[in-house]
Amino acid sequence: MRLVLRGITKRFGSVVANDSISLTVEPGEIHCLLGENGAGKSTLMNVLYGLYKADEGEIELDGEVQHFTGPGDAMAAGIGMVHQHFMLIPVFTVAENVMLGNESTGFAGTLDLDAARTRVTEISERFGFQVSPDAIVEDLPVGVQQRVEIIKALSRDAELLVFDEPTAVLTPQETDELMDIMRQLRETGKAIVFITHKLREVREVADRITVIRHGKVVGEADPQASNAELASMMVGRPVELVVHKDEPALGDDALVVRDLRVIDPAGHVQVDGISFTIRAGEVLAVAGVQGNGQTELTEALLGLQDDVHGSISLDGVELVGRSTRKILDAGVGFIPEDRQVDGLVPGFTIAENLMLNRSFKSPFVARGALRLGALRAFAEQKLREYDVRARDIDSLAANLSGGNQQKVVVARELSRDLRLLVAAQPTRGVDVGSIEFIHKQIVATRDSGIPVLVVSTELDEVVALADRIMVLYRGRVVGIVPADTPRETLGLMMTGERPKDLKDVVA
Amino acid sequence: MSTLTDQPTPESGGLAPDATVAPTRSAGARKLPVVLGVLTLGLGLILVLSSHSGDTTFQLAADTDFVALPDIVVPSGPTGWVMVLACLALTAEAVRRMLGHLRQPTWIPVVFAIAWMTGFLSWAAADNSIRVVSLFGGAVALAIPLVFGALGGVLGERAGVVNIAIEGQLLLGAFAAAITASTTGSPWAGLVSAAIAGALVALILGLFAITYFVDQVIVGVVLNVLVLGLTNFLFRQVLTPNAQTLNAPEGFDRVPIPVLGDIPLVGPIFFRQTALVYVLYLVVALVAYALYRTRWGLRVRAVGEHPKAADTVGIKVNRTRYRTILLAGAIAGMGGAYYTLVSVSQFNRELTNGAGYIALAAVIFGKWDPIRATLAALLFGFATNLQGVLSAIGSPVPSQFMLALPYVVTLFAVAGLVGRSRAPAADGVPYKQQ
Amino acid sequence: MSDTDKPQPAEPEPGTQQTAPREVDPAEDAAAAQPDRSRSVLRDIATGNALSGVLAVFLAVLVGSVMIAATDEGVRETVGYVTARPSDFFTALWDAVSGAYTAMFRGAIFNNLVDDPAQQWRPLTETLKYAGPLILGGLGVGLAFRAALFNIGGRGQMLIAGGAAGWVGFQLDLPMAVHLPLAIIVGMVFGALWGGIAGLLKARTGAHEVIVTIMLNYVAYYLLFWALTKEALLKTPGSVNPKSPPMHDTAILPKVLGDRFNLHLGFVLALVAVAVVWWLLNRSTLGYRIRAVGENPHAARASGINVGKTYTVVMMIAGSLLGLAGVNQVLGTVTTGVSLDLDASIGFDAITVALLGRSRPLGILAAGLLFGAFKAGGFTMQASENISVDLVLVVQSLIVLFLAAPALVRTIFRLPAQEAK
Repeated sequence: MRLVLRGITKRFGSVVANDSISLTVEPGEIHCLLGENGAGKSTLMNVLYGLYKADEGEIELDGEVQHFTGPGDAMAAGIGMVHQHFMLIPVFTVAENVMLGNESTGFAGTLDLDAARTRVTEISERFGFQVSPDAIVEDLPVGVQQRVEIIKALSRDAELLVFDEPTAVLTPQETDELMDIMRQLRETGKAIVFITHKLREVREVADRITVIRHGKVVGEADPQASNAELASMMVGRPVELVVHKDEPALGDDALVVRDLRVIDPAGHVQVDGISFTIRAGEVLAVAGVQGNGQTELTEALLGLQDDVHGSISLDGVELVGRSTRKILDAGVGFIPEDRQVDGLVPGFTIAENLMLNRSFKSPFVARGALRLGALRAFAEQKLREYDVRARDIDSLAANLSGGNQQKVVVARELSRDLRLLVAAQPTRGVDVGSIEFIHKQIVATRDSGIPVLVVSTELDEVVALADRIMVLYRGRVVGIVPADTPRETLGLMMTGERPKDLKDVVA
Repeated sequence: MSTLTDQPTPESGGLAPDATVAPTRSAGARKLPVVLGVLTLGLGLILVLSSHSGDTTFQLAADTDFVALPDIVVPSGPTGWVMVLACLALTAEAVRRMLGHLRQPTWIPVVFAIAWMTGFLSWAAADNSIRVVSLFGGAVALAIPLVFGALGGVLGERAGVVNIAIEGQLLLGAFAAAITASTTGSPWAGLVSAAIAGALVALILGLFAITYFVDQVIVGVVLNVLVLGLTNFLFRQVLTPNAQTLNAPEGFDRVPIPVLGDIPLVGPIFFRQTALVYVLYLVVALVAYALYRTRWGLRVRAVGEHPKAADTVGIKVNRTRYRTILLAGAIAGMGGAYYTLVSVSQFNRELTNGAGYIALAAVIFGKWDPIRATLAALLFGFATNLQGVLSAIGSPVPSQFMLALPYVVTLFAVAGLVGRSRAPAADGVPYKQQ
Repeated sequence: MSDTDKPQPAEPEPGTQQTAPREVDPAEDAAAAQPDRSRSVLRDIATGNALSGVLAVFLAVLVGSVMIAATDEGVRETVGYVTARPSDFFTALWDAVSGAYTAMFRGAIFNNLVDDPAQQWRPLTETLKYAGPLILGGLGVGLAFRAALFNIGGRGQMLIAGGAAGWVGFQLDLPMAVHLPLAIIVGMVFGALWGGIAGLLKARTGAHEVIVTIMLNYVAYYLLFWALTKEALLKTPGSVNPKSPPMHDTAILPKVLGDRFNLHLGFVLALVAVAVVWWLLNRSTLGYRIRAVGENPHAARASGINVGKTYTVVMMIAGSLLGLAGVNQVLGTVTTGVSLDLDASIGFDAITVALLGRSRPLGILAAGLLFGAFKAGGFTMQASENISVDLVLVVQSLIVLFLAAPALVRTIFRLPAQEAK
């Protein structure tokens, strides 16, 4: 199926998310949409899928102009979408998810589950997926959940498939498998739109590349182009792809974690006997696919998990069993993985957010009352220092862009007297300018002699920041390796395999 | 383990226990022994502090039974102590399972409840007799509005709309049933108008909660006040001056079902009731079946769990929600007919007296499942009826304590026994399309 | 990052300029019942919220008028021949509606039917008398709202507090300087304890406070009922009525405008409470933490704030405020003894007061005065025009509903949407 988008414009209030975007996708081709976070790629695809209504422009499929009032129309027209946030119902089975909205029924609307099971089995056999139709979706690994999404689209005979940032949650190996699936689909004549900001993947699989920046198409790129070329096109200026940092000036062992076990509220062991040490002035980066215990590890460090065994000692002080407040007072800085959930109070002003973990004592508190003057002066200063783009310190955090929200969190944490910094996904969903800035701050923190634990699912970020890399798989340490370990080795380790000749490095 | 969905959800749905404040792991496993222990101790204390001698008679037969079961006569004190021992044994088993990190099976609280209740009744009715049939049959009758209300609540919440307005739906249903049955002389017409009245309240709930994204709990509470004010106003201005023509409804009569009604014990309890009860059985069965086995049910559940996912497969989320809560309102409204067509036989101010809130508790106690919610509502009906039975035989328990019992049971239920329950994920979250 | 079961915050890509703050979805304004995030009244007016408010009150009063007209004898008689003599119909309509609202005005603000100037303004003092407990209750509900807790337990908290204060008020013999403060404090402490149960249960078990507070209302009712049957507690010896003996004079809130007016010290206490709660919320660290927990408990927890403890403390303060409302009734408004209806439905009215006042102390003050006027006027209306005082309840809840959905009000009046999408 041939897709033509003509002059698509979509505004949110005064913000123009898509500015007159035009695009053609031919059947049997993989068309990459490349752009950084917030460039407007997802908005465009949501317009295509009928989730948003475009303010201007038209969508044409095989020469016919379409008027979608909802995703149902888009699906009926042959568009299938694999969403970045899977559109699956966690408590339903695979078969129920696949049939939803397209149910075959018997007498009086009774569900014909057998038909749905057959359909799932048939499609997964055709593409070599190992998916059981009766599995509950939330029990499946992320990679398999993604295949359910693909089956869902194929079961409705989609001719155009949109993959929205599909590799964010996959291991390098799973990513390779997904690339194979895309090629396989291309061979059967499907048109494929592949949305991503990862240059490596684009170059590997794309037949054509369209680059989007600030809601506009800035041009087509050659799949043979170099990373640097693609990156500068994407960002609009030459980009530093590497983080400059000096050799670490290592101090004593600062954070010592021994036999850490974390059991989550559902009773699952999420962190299973982890031991590691971080020296003062060192960055230990944790690599691994999302959901392999990283979240629980960082939360245990902050006292946010209830069932924690083993020992966490910071400069000789035991942290296990202490309240979050005591741990924060002991000098642990925390950049949480989801700033919207754990990092910020959206309805608070920037100033109020800057004192969030200092509501018990000076400098912003005196005898149970707020010292608003001191807070305002502090906030004004940090706003300038961290280049937070906002009207003023009374702007609500909810109204800031992702990058500026993250800068507020970073400013708050780094302006305390730290003995350890825990940074989880410090640049997730943040624009390139802010990424550079935040990376510099993290390196500066390390250079000032503070131990830093960085957790990231982006291998690029791990490699860029790490002095050493710790790979986690299913709550266990696969290995602790030097920062210059080859990517392929790291990728393999992320699937739980440990190369035979691998030697752990001790700080 | 590598699934992302194991992470705690940031928003706890609807009226589910809040997971952000309390560790919920094996909460049921830890709380159960404590609750059982406290209850056992309580029963023991009652027996120690006011021991009764004499016998307790449990009458199993109804007056008109085809095959009359014999009465069971037990010595009051010893029976009580035997039951305390049984309760102790069950508590010990629960403790053992807690220490061994084992799951707490359902039979423990169920058997415990039976043993405890037997012990308590043999003490409370010493030198007296308990008519088992009327104890349970009355419980079924009293549970009617609770079950209807709870079903309405389950349906709404499964579609993602918290229905606090059950109370209002019951009240307006009762009001409409009274007027319609009075003017038409037909209880069936009254029942239909009760359903329409309930749906009307649901429509307003939907208008504010679905279309205008107003907080659903708040709309529900305010709607209850609105209906209360409205019915009070109309009662004083319209019904009272015209009591003969507008507030003298024709009620439902008791209709025994042949054969089924003749089964000993079960027959008189379940099948010698009014037509409204039989309608209730039908509705429970239909809702339970439709929710899990039909396309409609699949879509309702999808919309309550993950509306955006439902939207992306072409399901009209808000339309589905509207339809579901209208149906839910109609069901809850039918429960209101109980008051004016079965129990009191005329409308009066505030006659539902908080039953809607108890129905809401049954929804949560029943973990958003129609059958379990029905059982929970029956339990609350039992607690209410027990009060009546005990005060009739002059039990030593202050009647105020017995009257408070359903509410205390609910408190225990939401605080302890529900444990780790899971509301529909998008319960209470309005769906906004871009 | 793709969690299938988290409702993701709907975050359209914010677009291009980093400096452009993302526009707040206009629909978010619809969630007005949530603790309001904007701090400036000016902004409300500028964006048309004030207009929506006026229109909401207008709509609610309109519906009230329809109800009056529809149930009025005269109107119903004349509607039969409305096509023949429309003037009769409209006269009857006007008489019914205007009669009702003038009666309300006479009962709430100024009574022109009496000559004594002091007596003419007496209704206003009645309004203030009714407003006192409504403001206190509204503060209790509104404070809990700021912590994202819905305190429906006002009735129970008032009953328990009223019972406790009443016990002190008639069982003890003490000089006034000790007796009155003691009774007030005991009442507030019991209210705090009763409210604290809900907070503690939420903190410890996660039990939803809506269910818990509703249930505690009934438990409190029957507890008070039982206490009224025990002479050691509240029972009047020799009486079978569930009512306690009257309060001793030393425990009664003094009248502030002399004995000719019923207005007592309770209203002054309410004004003090407004100031205290304002300071607590906006200037104290506890208030800061309460707001943080209310806006985002996850971030609050990650910042070292004990969310469970905050819930408990908030519910205790809320309970003490509603307790003070109960004390106000027992020691001020109805001093003839503790009874089961001492709450006078203030516990539920307080919810509408808090919602109308948008959970802000000054807003609650204004809302409490308005609903106090409704109450005072409603009783006069019932007495003189024979229109049920329950009309007030309908109008009150309609105001809150319409206010919560300004978009609906704008649609009804065909006003332009606040911001075109």
